[in-house]
Amino acid sequence: MHRQLKKQASCVLPDIGFNRNDMAELIEIKVNGEKHRIEAEPDMPLLYLLRNNLELNGPKYGCGIERCGSCMVLLNGKAQPSCVIPGAAAAVYEVTTLEGLAKNGKPDLVQEAFIEEQAAQCGYCLNGMIMSAQALLAENKNPSDIEIRQALNRVLCRCGTHTRIIRAVKRAAAKMNV
Amino acid sequence: MRKVKSFSATRRAFLKSSGHLLIGFQLLPALVFDPKQTDIINNPVADAKVIDAWIRFDTAGILTVITGKMELGQGIKTALMQIAAEELDVAMKDVRIIIADTGQTQDERYTAGSGSIEGSGNSIRNAAAEARKYLLQLAAKELNAKVENLTVSNGIVKSTNSKTIAYKDLIKGKRLETEVTGKAPLKKPAEYKLIGKAIPRADITTMALARQHYIQDLRLPEMVHARILRPPVYNAKLEMLPKEEVSKLPGILKIVVNGNFAAVIARDEYQCVKAWNALKEKAQWQTSLISPLPKELYDTILKTGSAGETVEENASVDKNLSEAAFTHEAVYKRPYHMHGSIGPSCAIALWENEMLTVWSHSQGVYPLRKTISAMLEVPESKIHIIGIPGAGCYGHNGADDVAGDAALLAIEMPGRPVRVQWMREDEHKWEPYGSAMILHLKGGIDAKGKVNAWKTDIWSDTHSTRPGGNAGHLLAARDLEKPFSFKSGGFSGGSHRNSVPLYDFQAKKIVLHDFKGPLRSSALRSLGAYANIFALESFMDELAVKAGKDPVQFRLDHLKDERAKAVINMLVEKGGWRKGKARAGKVENFGEGFAFAQYKNNAAYFAVKAEVKIDPKEKTYRVTKLTGVIDTGQTINSDGVINQTSGGMIQAASWTMLEEVKYDQNGITSTSWETYPILRFEEVPDTEVFIIDHPDKEPLGAGEAAQGPTSAAIANAIFNATGSRLRELPLLPEKIDWEKIS
Repeated sequence: MHRQLKKQASCVLPDIGFNRNDMAELIEIKVNGEKHRIEAEPDMPLLYLLRNNLELNGPKYGCGIERCGSCMVLLNGKAQPSCVIPGAAAAVYEVTTLEGLAKNGKPDLVQEAFIEEQAAQCGYCLNGMIMSAQALLAENKNPSDIEIRQALNRVLCRCGTHTRIIRAVKRAAAKMNV
Repeated sequence: MRKVKSFSATRRAFLKSSGHLLIGFQLLPALVFDPKQTDIINNPVADAKVIDAWIRFDTAGILTVITGKMELGQGIKTALMQIAAEELDVAMKDVRIIIADTGQTQDERYTAGSGSIEGSGNSIRNAAAEARKYLLQLAAKELNAKVENLTVSNGIVKSTNSKTIAYKDLIKGKRLETEVTGKAPLKKPAEYKLIGKAIPRADITTMALARQHYIQDLRLPEMVHARILRPPVYNAKLEMLPKEEVSKLPGILKIVVNGNFAAVIARDEYQCVKAWNALKEKAQWQTSLISPLPKELYDTILKTGSAGETVEENASVDKNLSEAAFTHEAVYKRPYHMHGSIGPSCAIALWENEMLTVWSHSQGVYPLRKTISAMLEVPESKIHIIGIPGAGCYGHNGADDVAGDAALLAIEMPGRPVRVQWMREDEHKWEPYGSAMILHLKGGIDAKGKVNAWKTDIWSDTHSTRPGGNAGHLLAARDLEKPFSFKSGGFSGGSHRNSVPLYDFQAKKIVLHDFKGPLRSSALRSLGAYANIFALESFMDELAVKAGKDPVQFRLDHLKDERAKAVINMLVEKGGWRKGKARAGKVENFGEGFAFAQYKNNAAYFAVKAEVKIDPKEKTYRVTKLTGVIDTGQTINSDGVINQTSGGMIQAASWTMLEEVKYDQNGITSTSWETYPILRFEEVPDTEVFIIDHPDKEPLGAGEAAQGPTSAAIANAIFNATGSRLRELPLLPEKIDWEKIS
């Protein structure tokens, strides 16, 4: 299904002058199972496309250089930061964001496990944690403590919620193995 | 003008169509809300003395709690709702909360110092108790029963004659204007159903499902994006900006220059980032050099610090030191530390019809309003600050500064919401750091092996430069063409926090020396307590070892406070201590360390044990486990206390093991997570937290108790494992004398 985004269609602000963007190109990209056609600069990082053009909240801006994991998404199921890769380059992948995990508003097993463990304080890192855990558990249904730590190592948490995040991943694994 | 009007109409329509979002986000004054909801929301701020200021019921029986405190990720919303629900016997599912908003909540100053439960919690509890008393009197009339024969469950009052009436049918949406006397009977702890329980936080579900929660998620119609071109270094003067060239880039709406304050506003965010990069690349600044440099920092602090003010002196320290069996002294150093929010600061401001609305994750919406008012010379009555959560701040970070930036830019772009998002390097370079400190400790041990004298000299820059109404405390205001000047607070209580030992020593003397450091500093979680406790509890360990005593027993021998002893004894029981094996650090490659403090000497008690494993071949160590015991008086939400305490231990471990703000003469060089590393998963210790609950005592804040003791416990564990005393933070492995081990 193709969907023209309302934000793109109504982006003209007649009362303030601005320069036309001649560099914009049409990007076709599949996000959370839905195809979108977006007019954007080809070098614009995927993160901006997801947050601003598609108005998704999951991936977050943290550092802009792939060092904190706040912007983590799944590209063909693999957890990857979205703050550097251009949207145009990411279009070859199927993109999944945190929004794409829940089905009909119901949390998936990993989200459910994080909620049950109350594995957040400010929660800004939660996106990166859940997306990384999702990718890990898709490959390894029974990860060890060390494997969990390795899989989440790219994602920074400043509140120090690590202990319960590890517990949440284990809980999610247990749910999957039922 | 015509078009601005039509824009406003669009926004109103948007607001109308998304009422629920508005409640969650507390977007704007309620003039455009669904009329059914306005009985709760659309009220001027009530007098703090009446119930209505804190507690409201709507016609559906939903209880709304109103707090001036801010949700910072500490879970304060849930804890405050629990307090109100408990006193009123309302189910948690029927409770909502409004936080920090100058249009709706009380002025409760800053959400800081672990004071929200003690402050706002107490006000809400008393208001809820007063509401219950008032409602039961109404119910008694309605049900023709005596108040003492009434019980309440899930908001329904029931009399012994089996008649019932719901709160909502007693109130009928009216506001409770009764005065909070503070004398309404409070529920007895034995009757508690919610207090002390691990009630889950509803906002964690919101976050996990990626629903709108953060200020970064707030998208207002026709919002524009801005970036600030901060100078390369403190006090730099803007000489040239490639304004013409950059204003031709796609999507640029305006380049704002006011003195040394420069910013770009664009239609789309990425266009804005590109323009910001172009400005940064070509702008020319006249810079001044930072001095002293890191290698001279500590010497300069000692040389330039003030003569000193006595914080505490209770007997003749010098006389006792001269009579001691032996004395010992040591110097401890703490570098500048960053708050290091994971989400850089963000704010949105809208200037429309001579009214300024600012959405902010500030810790103090009222002080921010006063400060912006001073900066813009717009009366406070024309400014509305709405608190919306951001990423965790852990103290005074860039939140207020970015709100100041947005306010200035909103004036430049009337009628349009201007969103300012700081870049990562803005946050790293410009947030006010936790001050560097030096602690010089001297102690005497008498013939019985007890401390007979204790002397501490503290050197510290300020731990509080929150705006508090002073425009000069906002970064932008200092850079304006007509700049506001920054005035430091001088002698600061935050600097000597927890410097006075809680221990029962014959003589104590604490002296504070202020210095003006090279880097911007302000409140970082626990302020001076972190370094003061690091020094105090490291020094206690040193004295114990020198006196040939067990470090834990040595503390117990000097404590009278039963609650202090109880957390220590429980830690020994739960965490294990020395069980004979690690006594002299002789167990292969293992060490354990202990520390204790009562936060601010009047709040939460906390004892912690750190376990370390060393790798003499690789010359590294790992903190493998941190075990803590905390007494916060009456526990409100046990899971909240555990989460905050466990998080505090891990954050403190990160400060202690790794962190130091790096700079050279040209500016801050810790500009990213590469140059300011913090603990990652592979190195994070396991944690375990135990609570000693006192339902019959006053509740105390839990947020900062772990910071100081954790640092000393790690240093003491490293000593136990390696024989090296590390007194200069961070405790990097290369500071350990590995030759000693072999």
